[in-house]
Amino acid sequence: MYEHDVIVVGAGGAGLRAAIAAHEEGADVALVSKLHPVRSHTGAAEGGINAALRDGDDWHDHAYDTMKGSDYLGDAPAIETLCETSPEEVIQLEHWGMPFSREEDGRVSQRPFGGLSFPRTTYAGAETGHHLLHTMYEQVVKRGIKVYDEFYVMDLAVTDEPDPEDRECHGCVAYDIKSGEVTGFKANDGVVLATGGDGQAFDHTTNAVANTGDGPAMAYRAGVPVEDMEFVQFHPTTLPSTGVLISEGVRGEGGILYNAEGERFMFEYGYANNAGELASRDVVSRAELTEVNEGRGVEDEYVYLDMRHLGDERILDRLENILHLAEDFEGVDGLVEPMPVKPGQHYHMGGIETNEHGETCVSGLYAAGECACVSVHGSNRLGGNALPELIVFGARAGYHAAGRDYGEALVQTGPSAAIEHEEDLGAPVEPGALGPADDDVAADGGATADEARSDGGQLASPSEVVHRSVERQRQRVERLKERDGRNHAEIRKKLQKAMTRWVNVFREEEGLKKALEVIKECREEYQNVAVSDPSSTYNTDLIHTIETRNLIDTAETIALGALARDEFRGAHWRAEHQERKDDEWLKHTMVQWSDGTPELYYTDVILEGADKTYEPKVRSY
Amino acid sequence: MSTQVTEQEQTETEEESAHQQRRLAEKAERQEVRDRMRERAETDLEQADTVFDLKVFRYDPDIPEKEDPRFDTFPVPFTKGMTVLDALMYARDHYDSSLTFRHSCRQAVCGSDALFVNGTQHLGCKTQVVDLGDSEGVPGQIRVEPLPHQEVVKDLVVDMEHFYDQMDAVEPFFDADELPSGDLEEQRQTRENREKIKMSSRCIWCGACMSSCNIAAGDNEYLGPAAINKAYKFAMDDREGENRKQERLEIIEQEHGVWRCQTQFSCTEVCPKDIPLTEHIQELKREAVKNNLKFW
Repeated sequence: MYEHDVIVVGAGGAGLRAAIAAHEEGADVALVSKLHPVRSHTGAAEGGINAALRDGDDWHDHAYDTMKGSDYLGDAPAIETLCETSPEEVIQLEHWGMPFSREEDGRVSQRPFGGLSFPRTTYAGAETGHHLLHTMYEQVVKRGIKVYDEFYVMDLAVTDEPDPEDRECHGCVAYDIKSGEVTGFKANDGVVLATGGDGQAFDHTTNAVANTGDGPAMAYRAGVPVEDMEFVQFHPTTLPSTGVLISEGVRGEGGILYNAEGERFMFEYGYANNAGELASRDVVSRAELTEVNEGRGVEDEYVYLDMRHLGDERILDRLENILHLAEDFEGVDGLVEPMPVKPGQHYHMGGIETNEHGETCVSGLYAAGECACVSVHGSNRLGGNALPELIVFGARAGYHAAGRDYGEALVQTGPSAAIEHEEDLGAPVEPGALGPADDDVAADGGATADEARSDGGQLASPSEVVHRSVERQRQRVERLKERDGRNHAEIRKKLQKAMTRWVNVFREEEGLKKALEVIKECREEYQNVAVSDPSSTYNTDLIHTIETRNLIDTAETIALGALARDEFRGAHWRAEHQERKDDEWLKHTMVQWSDGTPELYYTDVILEGADKTYEPKVRSY
Repeated sequence: MSTQVTEQEQTETEEESAHQQRRLAEKAERQEVRDRMRERAETDLEQADTVFDLKVFRYDPDIPEKEDPRFDTFPVPFTKGMTVLDALMYARDHYDSSLTFRHSCRQAVCGSDALFVNGTQHLGCKTQVVDLGDSEGVPGQIRVEPLPHQEVVKDLVVDMEHFYDQMDAVEPFFDADELPSGDLEEQRQTRENREKIKMSSRCIWCGACMSSCNIAAGDNEYLGPAAINKAYKFAMDDREGENRKQERLEIIEQEHGVWRCQTQFSCTEVCPKDIPLTEHIQELKREAVKNNLKFW
């Protein structure tokens, strides 16, 4: 068993920043990650980092834009924290040597982005994430922070109090991918989950294959609610054949969207008369699909994004990476022809419920980055707001886990923050609930929080809690390898197809119910899943099998939240409900795993900021 | 007494044979899993216009039957836009789920799937199958092996530890002599200076260059093209200042540093991010000479 003060799970942007912060606070920190840090998906981020740095800009304006962009489903204290702290974090990155693009005077460049009232997106070419990731990894190396790479964290070691708010996290269990050993990691002060997104729940996504929602699923099974899971961002410009991202920077620099008839549809069909191509991502995604659905798409599938008029010099200076991506993955030369694009799953606004210190309702368990929901993005994230989220809340989670006292949190977490609400979902199946299986090894359902009291009713020591989790996961691995059954790939594919078909940009009640039925089928099939590779060396068959379970859990919460929310807000569009219902729905959807069944409840959105209240307005661009 | 022993023996034999039967049954079921996977592939194969053979290096030190390295051949239906990584994933998901390789972003930024494809280092995700075919664009056979000169962990996965160690050896972190005063004041950098380090900053640590380098293959201590390129990135960044640059040049000038490079350009040829690695190494050699002359 390894032991450290703070264990950070995941080594992308948020994880690295959390580790550096905890280290600065004097903690002995370890990063545990299934990928080597430089392989993290943060490296694929292209556009930039929003920060109010310049005269004429103000973090209050950034907060206002973010609140509006969220369609009033973000919590003001979290958003204000994000916007107020982002400038110092960006300058910190600059001091760490990040190669930002530069202005004539040598200062970092900023460019316009969708939904922003000021050109406040700092960037490094169209490969900002790559530079952010490498710059922070360099700082981790500089500080000698211990990295356990290619260790796949399978489970959290949490005590088994009946009420999740009484539970404590003492560490986690990881599978050493190279040796096949299952090992415990004991955390004296805290575990920070920074495992990134879960885009692999969909079959057309910009996300890496590794983005399988491991963190949210683990936290969820440990009793932590997941928040606003129905809000999935679809990026309007991804390459049709692969889902590879074409940065919003292209539109930021002046790129234009055309339909098959050569019409600039954002204006001509009135989707966004003021902002046009630079309207918020949800608006543009819907516009594109409407064009395709109404027969004005190219090959009935996509539209064109044209940047040729920007001129070779500007393209090469600011968007060079885009040329390479279009060429390598779509065979298109962006300098001489328009690029085909369509919406693809891109980012998950929802995630593990945390407050603005990164804390969850389970003490000792923190989360930051895309796997978490503070919430700063509400129902729609503005471009350029994900990277500041990683560094701002990564740092705060790291500092707090290592002992820094931020005082009382304004955002409340856990079931005690619930508000009264009667809701009959009319779900077609009892989600999560399962018939008897041959064993619960594969399902691992609801058993995460082990009986923490050892014989005699004494409270188990933290080491015992970790040890028991290790034993359970060791058995799970052995059983999965020993037995015979279905292959994970089939189940994963079925899940991804159902999500893309029914829980996509456009959502209908019937489709959402269909999705829930298929997810339940996947859950049943998963009860018989088996790993055919018996090897202990680099067993990716096993890893993918465990990941698939996590995807089933997060997909279910997405579909469930989407079915429950019968309104149209941000990225969440419902055929039968074409209006934002502020009277009813200015609240967060929480799903909590309770005795093997997902339980739905709600908490209030906080619209009161430090010195102003954000009044919901019509969101037009 | 003897009866007892016999009973015990009998129980043991029964248990053993039951275990044996179970294992055989399990094995048969495993065949079923494989058959089902193959069945799915066969439908694809029948419908495909073009099928090509994907020949993949296999090795698993953990399983007695797989200890001896071998090649397995998987027929893969060709689809437009298919990459080598897509083909590998197809083979894994349709024939043998134990087929092992690293991959994640599938868009050439995570650097995990550098492979030896038809005798050259490539990123699997960035390499179109059609580009490996004959003049008519029909792929014949594609041979995929792990990166050469690196220890094979299993199938196509190589041990990257040595690569990471060499990266660590050049003190790979920004370390300015002094920072501007004022928390919100950035270090100014000219556009020209940023342009100067731009290509070097694109490295994704895939290891292709190191694997292609004959010198690195023969000299385990040679820093290698990736690490030297990393040193270049910092040494050429004006923001670090003269003192730090001096220290950086000392690192790359050591016995197994820049002077080992014999300008064979193999690293530059295989770099998936088009970094002019060899040029960067030569430039550092010149910097090192100038630096030494300064003190005479």
